[in-house]
Amino acid sequence: MCWRQRQDMIIKPSRRWAFPDLGELWEHRELLYFFAWRDIKVRYKQTVLGAAWAVIQPLLTMVVFSIFFGNFAKIPSEGLPYSIFSYTALVPWTYFANSVSQASGSIVAQRGIITKVYFPRVIVPLASMISGLLDFGIAFVVLVAMMLYYHIFPSFNILFVPLLLIFCVATVLAVGLWLTALNVIYRDIQYAVPFLVQFWLFATPVAYPSSMVPARWRPVLGLNPMTGVVEGFRWSLLGSGEGLGPTFVVSVAIVGLLLVTGLLYFRHMERMFADVV
Amino acid sequence: MNSDICIRVENLGKLYRIGEREPYKTLRDTLARPFQRAFSRRSRHSDSRDQYIWALKGVTFNVSEGEVVGIIGMNGAGKSTLLKILSRITEPTEGNAEIHGRVGSLLEVGTGFHSELTGRENAYLSGALLGMKKREIDRKFDEIVSFAELSKFIDTPIKYYSSGMQVRLGFAVAASLETEVLLVDEVLAVGDVAFQKKCMSKMWDVAKEGRTVLFVSHNMGAVSRLCERCVLLDHGRVSSIGETAGVMSTYLNAAYPVRARREFASDPSKPMQIRSVTLLDHQGEASTHLNLVHPIRVTIQVDVRQRISGTHLALSLEKPDGTAICHSTDLDSQPGKVVTWEPGSYVATAEFPGALLNAGTYTIRVGIGLSRGATVQTIDSQTGMSFQLYDPGTFGAMNVDGYQREGLLLLQVPWKIQRTDSCFSKE
Repeated sequence: MCWRQRQDMIIKPSRRWAFPDLGELWEHRELLYFFAWRDIKVRYKQTVLGAAWAVIQPLLTMVVFSIFFGNFAKIPSEGLPYSIFSYTALVPWTYFANSVSQASGSIVAQRGIITKVYFPRVIVPLASMISGLLDFGIAFVVLVAMMLYYHIFPSFNILFVPLLLIFCVATVLAVGLWLTALNVIYRDIQYAVPFLVQFWLFATPVAYPSSMVPARWRPVLGLNPMTGVVEGFRWSLLGSGEGLGPTFVVSVAIVGLLLVTGLLYFRHMERMFADVV
Repeated sequence: MNSDICIRVENLGKLYRIGEREPYKTLRDTLARPFQRAFSRRSRHSDSRDQYIWALKGVTFNVSEGEVVGIIGMNGAGKSTLLKILSRITEPTEGNAEIHGRVGSLLEVGTGFHSELTGRENAYLSGALLGMKKREIDRKFDEIVSFAELSKFIDTPIKYYSSGMQVRLGFAVAASLETEVLLVDEVLAVGDVAFQKKCMSKMWDVAKEGRTVLFVSHNMGAVSRLCERCVLLDHGRVSSIGETAGVMSTYLNAAYPVRARREFASDPSKPMQIRSVTLLDHQGEASTHLNLVHPIRVTIQVDVRQRISGTHLALSLEKPDGTAICHSTDLDSQPGKVVTWEPGSYVATAEFPGALLNAGTYTIRVGIGLSRGATVQTIDSQTGMSFQLYDPGTFGAMNVDGYQREGLLLLQVPWKIQRTDSCFSKE
């Protein structure tokens, strides 16, 4: 019989604060893949419209925004058609909103697994963030189609899109980890998240440009990291806004802080998930 | 010596909070607590509603490589907690443990199954959860499907499976786990009898393959057949450790001590009354856990308050569901006689033969009857006790697939086979 290489495992109460073990996470990468794949598969099996939902949600929001904010309220859109102006922001926003909502309830939803098998718990919220990327991709294709329709050709700034996407995922991760861990301990979170997301949408320049805010106050907007994400996407694809300026730097700093503390907090709480979930 | 040790558990402890409150907090509680503290006299004791309990405390033992060790104990003794700590699902509060080798833990059958996914998809998902690589599952997939007997339905969503089919698939995935160390929690107690037998023989193979196994079970038959050694947990502490037979009898005697003797309060209105019933093993020790090979004895203490004639002591043996097995009276030994009892105290002893009844749970009832012509008047009737007959490994337990035979009796029936087709040539 051929065994794998010997592995020794030590089990003891862990130190109070630590980062998730990246090596261990890498070892469980297939499980992460299986979880994400399951999320996608189940979602598409259970829904009639399947992948269409990835587009319907941002698209309908765009239509509503265009009618009320663009047409009636005449909110400026930096010289761009209001529809594409809002849709460009709605694509990363929808990804953020859905992934954060999904992730925050994920550990509690997977109670049955958490109490019966060991694996790095961070895989569970991570999987819902990864499965959300597929929807992001589909919505993004529609965005490209819209850009072609409106004859908007991006500058070389488009090369920043992958970086911005990584930044967007990092934002989702930072916020998601905090809410997931908090939700295991405090079940109030599951009721707070939908409200939080709604509130957050209006605090983020999705329906309006951040240029509506006086220039010297803009870095304050950056305290909301989604401002950086959304304005970043508009800047790199549509060429609007101030680009990766001070607002963006503030957003990056905030995400960095939230991510580091989120990882620490999640790892800290992870130890008791199986006991309290 | 040290290199042989595969699992080393040292002073392991786990503290749980049990309280009236939900195990998880609500934000309101956390927000309110500082205020309660500020305004409450018993500030420091605001958590006094919560009680803490050591689910495990000071647990220390070693398991050598290739050993199959049973973990036994009553419900709530900490068996599952121990397995959860060793599987890393939950962290110990104190102490430490070391496991050498790749660990697989089976605390449940069908972990991670999703009803919308097909059998194939679930096999991969569950396999990955148990720690298998995709390649490994690919390689064993056919084996899994044939073990689960599901080849026709493997691409059907499991929401259309019967619960038995789901269990079969779950166990088949678990059984394909090839780790050096296996932690198993009572997963065998699932499925129909036929599949249980199959699981049992699979466990049997695992035990013989030289893998190290920690096996938590309530099934004493399974434990005694699979495990060389046992750890007995009692209220979170190791109360006994060593060879299976010894540890098991310690456990069984501790687990079923109470009802080997029952006493009944004196009732002067009855002319004749049963005062106690005691169940004895073949060595004369009071016990309700008895080896089915040996005879068992029942002693009945009787008080006779006034001279009475025509009465008999009766004893009946039943299954817990009420099925009568046999009925006996003291007149069986003196047929046709009308016994007259003088006032005083008596002890009657009845002995049931050994090696007759199958392993299982039985109930004794006792009574006093008074014959009046064709009718019998019941003067006294008491439920005695339930007891267990266990199989020390007779032919009834040592079935090919390692499972207890069914049936009420354990009769070794002689068989004879003769050929009757002398005109056909052998093929």
